[in-house]
Amino acid sequence: MSAEGSLDLRLPIGGLFTVLGVMLAGYGLATGSNTEMYAKSAGININLIWGVVMIVTGAIFLMLAKRGAAAK
Amino acid sequence: MDLVPVTHLTAIDYAVMAMYFVFVLGIGFALRRSTKSSSDFFQSGRSLPPWVTGLAFLSANLGAQEVIGMGASGAKYGIATAHFYWIGAIPAMVFVALFMMPFYYGSRARSVPEYLKLRFDEKTRTLNAISFALMTIFSSGISMYAMGKLFNLLLGWSFDVSVLVSAVIVLAYVFAGGLTSAIYNEVLQFFMIAFGFAPLVFLGLKSVGGWAGLTARLTEAAATKGLAPGAYTHAWQGMTSAATNPLGVEWFGLVMGLGFVLSFGYWCTDFLVVQRAMAADSMIAARRTPLIAAVPKMLFPFLVILPGMIALALTGAAGGIIPAKLGANGQPLLDAAGKVVMDFDLATPMLLIKLFPEGMLGLGLTALLASFMSGMAGNVTAFNTVWTYDIYQSHIKKNASDEHYLWMGRAATVGGNLLSIAAAYVAGAFNNIMEVLQLVFAFVNAPLFATFALGMFWKRTTGHGAFWGLASGMSGAMLHHGFTLPNGSVPGIKGGFFGLLHTYPSEMAQTFWTAIVAFMTCVVVSILISLATQPRPDSELKGLVYSLTEKPQDRDIPFFKKPSVFAAAVLAATVLLNIIFL
Repeated sequence: MSAEGSLDLRLPIGGLFTVLGVMLAGYGLATGSNTEMYAKSAGININLIWGVVMIVTGAIFLMLAKRGAAAK
Repeated sequence: MDLVPVTHLTAIDYAVMAMYFVFVLGIGFALRRSTKSSSDFFQSGRSLPPWVTGLAFLSANLGAQEVIGMGASGAKYGIATAHFYWIGAIPAMVFVALFMMPFYYGSRARSVPEYLKLRFDEKTRTLNAISFALMTIFSSGISMYAMGKLFNLLLGWSFDVSVLVSAVIVLAYVFAGGLTSAIYNEVLQFFMIAFGFAPLVFLGLKSVGGWAGLTARLTEAAATKGLAPGAYTHAWQGMTSAATNPLGVEWFGLVMGLGFVLSFGYWCTDFLVVQRAMAADSMIAARRTPLIAAVPKMLFPFLVILPGMIALALTGAAGGIIPAKLGANGQPLLDAAGKVVMDFDLATPMLLIKLFPEGMLGLGLTALLASFMSGMAGNVTAFNTVWTYDIYQSHIKKNASDEHYLWMGRAATVGGNLLSIAAAYVAGAFNNIMEVLQLVFAFVNAPLFATFALGMFWKRTTGHGAFWGLASGMSGAMLHHGFTLPNGSVPGIKGGFFGLLHTYPSEMAQTFWTAIVAFMTCVVVSILISLATQPRPDSELKGLVYSLTEKPQDRDIPFFKKPSVFAAAVLAATVLLNIIFL
């Protein structure tokens, strides 16, 4: 198997993290006013915050994959 | 198994979980077309970049045992659990990278048992291959069993369904993409664990009032157990004597038993992890693989041990996060002093459920599920390789076509999965059989590092010496276990079945000393028999033994990219961590 012929792992990592990040952040936005639900997590809307962190991480991986492909 | 589940998931949690599995299966499917030869299937065509093999090297070991077990130990022993990383894993990972990888990768052996065949002889290889193959099946079965039981308890999922579904998913992606597929999914799982557990630690520390709050609460907890005030939050306090630290081991047993024999034995000879490094695209990449793995490994205590400590801090005398262990009659178990025994294995999962709202709960549980499944996949890929190359090709069918061995690899993947499922049910039905097997494997593994170290660094070691050294090391381990007992145990599975010569302060101390005895026996017997038997000529040992192999010259590599410089940095950082948590 040649390295070029196979899948660049950064693509699925970036893809998964972006999709999961959007899902969590979206859910966090939709439930942001529900203080009872976030009492568990010390009053922090962890879905929104962590969703955004995951979107940024996912985007970095996708960008690296794109740069890797362009370099070839 | 008709307990009321602890919690239930909502649509968003299931959606997160489903999305993860879409990507897992997608990776297998995408790799299917590029998996054409047996080398692609078993060795990833030796074509993967070091960051991928490095994270997989770490992640292959990050199964259920790591995530749940380290959380449990964190709740039981506190930060001293980090010894498994800072004394145990890291020095061994540095050693395998610098000193052993040149032989594994350079000899072009396709597996660890095959290295033994090249260096020694067929019988040493076969002994290692068969015990290793059995062990992988058994570990992957244990992983399945633990997963089925945990998710039944937490979410009320049917045990049968979770075992079967996870086996089918693992089978599908390993069958399609072989080792590459397993490695890619291990890396994906690494990021899932990191991103699932980092917010858990963050929220956990927030709810106990930061590190200061955690220390204050654990000082109180230590006082109620009669331990030194800093017992849970300092790694080295009270290590001069076994009686004054929660591990029940003194520093010499810890450093020699865990740090030297057990950890070097695991990280330097276990094909499950070494296979990842052997899939790297060059010698330098193979040598960097364990070093790249060592960096996150060093920081993992904060992700997997801290949740256990936080769970303990949030559990008071009146109960809290960590539930009581239930006896056969459904009543909480009590120890000799009449106190409730806590079920430490539930520390991390319960903290997850306590702190994560729906949404994040899905992410956290998916991370947990991912760690169980990649543990299984790692074992299945190591099994199919050892079965096909070291047992099938060398004993059953020698000169078949490459296509035939590729076919056999896929068949072994199916077979390995079926056997793992069977092992999972055996584990459920006969708890004792599994304990006995686990003990036998501990005996088998204990002397392994001695054999590899002698083989690689002393060219006089012979095949007979290696084989009989291994065999006597295993017997030595069994004898030591059979003549000793941990304090407060009755003769039986815990030891003492041959008689009682010595009592150890704890089970951990006994385990470490069993390893030390096995190692020493193997060294002495291997040396004596090697000196009495005919050595192989130097010309046959080129590339297999340190003194007869050209050292890797890293002259054209910039200073900061040299493996030796990288290794020194890793070791310095580990020493620093030990000092911070002294």
